[in-house]
Amino acid sequence: MKEQNWEPKIIAFVCNWCTYTGADLAGTSRLKYPTNVKLIRVMCSGGIDPVFILKAFERGADGILVSGCHPNDCHYNAGNFHARRRWTFFHELLDYLGIDKNRLQFSWVSASEGKKFVDVVSKVVNDVKAMGPFKGYEELNNEFMTEFPDVSGVDESMILKEKEGEAV
Amino acid sequence: MKIGVFICHCGENIGRTVDCPRVAKACEWLPGVDVSLDYKYMCSDPGQNMIKDEIRKRKLDAIVVGSCSPHMHEKTFRKAAVDAGINPFLVEIANLREHCSWVHDDIDSSTDKAIDLVRMAVEKVKRNVPLTTIEVPVTKRTLVIGGGIAGIQAALDVANAGYEVVLVEKEPSIGGHMSQLSETFPTLDCSQCILTPRMVEVYQHPRIKLMTYSEVEKVEGFIGNFTVTIRKKARHIDEDKCTGCGLCITKCPTKKKAFNSFEEDLAYRPAVYVPFPQAVPNIPVIDETICMYYKNGKCGMCVKVCGREAIDFHQQDKIVTEEIGAIIVATGYKLYKIDKKPDDSPIKGYGEYGYGKYKDVVDGLQFERIASASGPTSGEFKRPSDGKEPKKVVFIQCVGSRDESKGFSYCSKICCMYTAKHAMLYKHKVHDGEAYVFYMDIRSGGKMYDEFVRRAIEEDGVKYIRGRVSRIYEKDGKYIVRGEDTIAGMPVEIDADMVVLATAMIAQQDASELAQTIGIPYDKYGFYNEAHPKLRPIESTTGGVFLAGACQSPKDIPESVAMASAAAAKALVLFGSDKLEREPVVAYVNESLCAGCFYCKKVCPYGAVEVKEVKDRNGVVYKEVAYVNTGLCQGCGTCTATCPSKSVELAGFNNEEIFAQIAAL
Repeated sequence: MKEQNWEPKIIAFVCNWCTYTGADLAGTSRLKYPTNVKLIRVMCSGGIDPVFILKAFERGADGILVSGCHPNDCHYNAGNFHARRRWTFFHELLDYLGIDKNRLQFSWVSASEGKKFVDVVSKVVNDVKAMGPFKGYEELNNEFMTEFPDVSGVDESMILKEKEGEAV
Repeated sequence: MKIGVFICHCGENIGRTVDCPRVAKACEWLPGVDVSLDYKYMCSDPGQNMIKDEIRKRKLDAIVVGSCSPHMHEKTFRKAAVDAGINPFLVEIANLREHCSWVHDDIDSSTDKAIDLVRMAVEKVKRNVPLTTIEVPVTKRTLVIGGGIAGIQAALDVANAGYEVVLVEKEPSIGGHMSQLSETFPTLDCSQCILTPRMVEVYQHPRIKLMTYSEVEKVEGFIGNFTVTIRKKARHIDEDKCTGCGLCITKCPTKKKAFNSFEEDLAYRPAVYVPFPQAVPNIPVIDETICMYYKNGKCGMCVKVCGREAIDFHQQDKIVTEEIGAIIVATGYKLYKIDKKPDDSPIKGYGEYGYGKYKDVVDGLQFERIASASGPTSGEFKRPSDGKEPKKVVFIQCVGSRDESKGFSYCSKICCMYTAKHAMLYKHKVHDGEAYVFYMDIRSGGKMYDEFVRRAIEEDGVKYIRGRVSRIYEKDGKYIVRGEDTIAGMPVEIDADMVVLATAMIAQQDASELAQTIGIPYDKYGFYNEAHPKLRPIESTTGGVFLAGACQSPKDIPESVAMASAAAAKALVLFGSDKLEREPVVAYVNESLCAGCFYCKKVCPYGAVEVKEVKDRNGVVYKEVAYVNTGLCQGCGTCTATCPSKSVELAGFNNEEIFAQIAAL
């Protein structure tokens, strides 16, 4: 029953100049996309730290979208080139860790591509829906707890509560 | 911290798909939220007053407005907050319209999403730090790089508005390509007649400092505060003493040793020369590479004849620094020389047209010199090989333009017009001559432009053939031009006396180097990039650097002049205030955490990261840390993601704020 009603949580890290404005355009054009995605605005895709993504997964995101200006269109000349290079490596790293690469997707969406934004968001939502909830962090936590049950700083009761919550 | 949440219905725009009262009610219970209200139109006067009243009444520290996109009304709400006495950067906008109500249908789920969005904004605003707008002083002086028609116009406009201008030109004289032209389309005005008065005006203007034979070596600083280093190359002639009598030029024995580049290599010049008789300033230059004195220490004829003792063989390059507020780049173009191709060039060139091999196959600028009354033939049409009058001239358009396989994919824009002009000028002087033009399309957009081309065809009888030329070869003193007439659908062969190639306009050879010196982006062809192709065509992406003329893309004279005046206006806008205000979204460094790896310095697109020495109380440097020049930083935050120790953060978008948003989900 729970699995059927499950809706994925998607976080999108987008740059202020292209994708955020592209998403605005999707709005002004009244294009529709699923409500699962929530945008976090940064100034440039070059400023998106991989730690943001890990943190988002840790905090229960099931899928993440990173999007900025098209290469050569960056408002800051070169930010998205740095982003592209960073994400290419980071994507491989996720794969190595056993996290499905489709949970983290990249796309270039310009300020004039409202339609593309909708397509990209819909694709991410569908992909993540097909994959099901992301349990990587939860499992890691559980594993950690069984190995080191009395590590200070980790409140065991919290984990138990989470488990209970899951069982309900 | 007390936070106020204000949810706007935006009439029905948000209210129709988001249950705004429910959002407001749910947000009341968020930690830190003191008051949460909804209203029909938050951006209206009553809406804003409501925000202001609540701020004052409840002594709120920060506000979150759930409304339209921050790109729309962030400024409005920030202003309201400032009026009520709180810092504008303690205002956050949750985008409930473009990112929620307009893109979703289901009321339940979109209301849930709206609550999430407001919660994220609340969590962010809790961590926001009050910021103050940065003020930087403005040096009200302009540097114009390039003394062609665009540079001249820009310099005159700025100077006439009452501000000082430094005009730097790398050639010995200003004037640029326009001074080489014979007549200009579509009026057939004499180019020099309309240009030279402007050149003289620049020279005599009390507020223009003209630096010819000079190049920009280094640009430091940022908008309003540039320090520019200029190399004034040694002329070997004292500019203050020289009167421009030209005696040294006439007496110089090293004649016919160097091509005259002003005459597009159709003539020779002596070692001491002015590019052309109307040069401004009319002060010669000694070419060290061919001057006898520099070869064997003898000659010195010019020293003997100069009554003013202006010749100085030992003059050195001078380095001058100037304090500048705005830079106008007007470096222009050059013509694509189709024969000289470096080995590593991806551009193939047109070997089959015989340019460089046959003397009578010339390019557009060479033809301008032949047609010009001040040119090497004094305006008579004589072919370069034997000085005979050509009776059949073939003009070929789009040589290098619109041809990715051999040249460039862009259209050079002016060639259709100047080819029509060339053919017309030729027909006007050689009445029994025949002019043929091979073209791909005629692109003559512009006031009186198409009429001009029609005139060439209908009144002057220039024969236009639609098609490309495959080969040009010499046979019995004639040049056989073999091409195709695509309208008639048959091959054509013309035995021409002379061939004129309308070669592409390309970026200056050192365009990319100069761009790196100034710190402006350029495209794959070397043309400088504008900040926005539609709405900011004059500005470069670097603050305080403006573009004028053909350095941005191929352009004709009126367009270059218009762009130059626009660039001047942009500079004047900058000078309109004594201080420059800008958003404080810039990076800052936590010096105690910074390890001094300077990865941030490597990735910064603006060169805003500098090395700062940290000294102990004895004044001994014990570590080097990164320092962000807030004048240069544009706030992209690429450095923050690169920093391994997380010691550099972007104000307004720091890690804590973003983590808070993530955690709020």
